[in-house]
Amino acid sequence: MDIRNRDSHWGLVSILLHWLSAVVILALFTLGIYMTGLTYYDPWYHQAPHIHKSTGLLLLLLTLVRLAWLGLAGSPLPVANQPPIQVKLATWVHRMMYLLILMIAGSGYLISTAKGDPIQVFDWFSIGSLVSRGEVQSELAGQVHLVLAYALIVVACGHALVALKHHFIDRDSTLARILVPRRRSTQ
Amino acid sequence: MNKTVIPLLSTLLLTTVPVANSADYVIDTKGAHASIQFRIKHLGYSWLTGRFNRFSGHFSYDKNAPEKSSVSVTIDTSSVDSNHAERDKHLRDKDFLWVSKFPEARFVSTAFKPTGDGTASLEGKLTLHGVTKPITIAVEEIGRGPDPWGGYRQGFAGTTRIKLQDFDMIYELGAASREVELVLNIEGIRQ
Repeated sequence: MDIRNRDSHWGLVSILLHWLSAVVILALFTLGIYMTGLTYYDPWYHQAPHIHKSTGLLLLLLTLVRLAWLGLAGSPLPVANQPPIQVKLATWVHRMMYLLILMIAGSGYLISTAKGDPIQVFDWFSIGSLVSRGEVQSELAGQVHLVLAYALIVVACGHALVALKHHFIDRDSTLARILVPRRRSTQ
Repeated sequence: MNKTVIPLLSTLLLTTVPVANSADYVIDTKGAHASIQFRIKHLGYSWLTGRFNRFSGHFSYDKNAPEKSSVSVTIDTSSVDSNHAERDKHLRDKDFLWVSKFPEARFVSTAFKPTGDGTASLEGKLTLHGVTKPITIAVEEIGRGPDPWGGYRQGFAGTTRIKLQDFDMIYELGAASREVELVLNIEGIRQ
C-alpha cells in the first residue's frame, strides 16, 4: 500500500489523518454542545470539558502534522473532466476547513487560558497561556469558538454531500480514493 | 463676554457654590481603596470568594448628622472575578449575571440608621440581574481623617446577604449555595 500521496490517489497516511480528523471533529462538536448544557451536579460537569479541551488541543497538533504531511507528500490531482471553477472551489473549501479547524482550536485555547492558567491535556502534559487579557478575551474567544464550530460543521456537511455527488452522480474516484488506499502503481 | 463663556461660568458657580453640611465623598476606586467582594458556599464544604473589579460611587456623610447619609454605587457586572477564567465566563453568562443584558448593577441607599458604637444599618435598593429589591447592609465605620497628601478620607466596611433566587438567578448550585454574602470596603475622598 502506498504511504505517500500520488497524482492519482491518496496514500495511507493522508487517508488515516483525514478520517481520524473527521471522527474527532464530530465528537468534539457533539461533546461541546452537550457539556455546555450540563448542570453543576452532573458527574460529567468537570470531566466533559476536560476531555473536550484535551482532545481539541490534540486535534490542533494533529492538524499541524496533517498540514506538514500535505506539504511534504503533496496531494493528488483533481479527477479529470471537471470544470476549472469547480476545482478552484474545492481547493478553497479545503483550505477553509483547515483554517476553521485551526481557528476553532485557537479560540478554544484562548477561552481557558484567558487568566493565565495552562490547559492540562489529559494527564500527559499541559500547554501554557500565551495571551491572558481576561474577560474580553474569554468572551470574544467564546463567541468565535461557537460560531466557527457551527460553520465548520455546515461546511463539512457540504463537503460530504459533494463527495457523495462525485461518487453517485459524476461516478468518479474522488470519494473512493480517500476511502481506500490503492496498491502501488495501479491506476 | 461671549456666548460660550457665560454658560461655562454659571456651570462652575453652580457646581462649586452649594457647600453642604454633610460632606460629599467619592469612593476611591481609582486608588483601589475600595472593594466589592462576595462569597458563596461551595457544595457547603468551603467558601468560594470573588469580587467585582470595576465599580464607582459616591456617598455623603456628616458625623454630626449621620442619619442624613446617603450612598450610591454602580457596578460593572462584567468585571466579576473569581480567579478562574471559565467560571468567570459562566458567571457572566445567562445562568447568572447575564452581563450582556444587564451590564450594570446598582445600589442606591434609602436610609441610614446609626445603631451606636460606629455601626449603622444602611437600607437601600439593589438592582441586580434586572431585579430591584430592598436590602439592608450592616455598616461599621472604620476610620476617618486627613491623608498624607492633602485630602480627607472616610472609610466604612459593610456586609449583607442576598438570596440568588430573589434576583432571578435560579441556576442550581445546591442547597448550601442559595445565598451570597457581600463584603464591602469603602473609602471615600472628600470633595
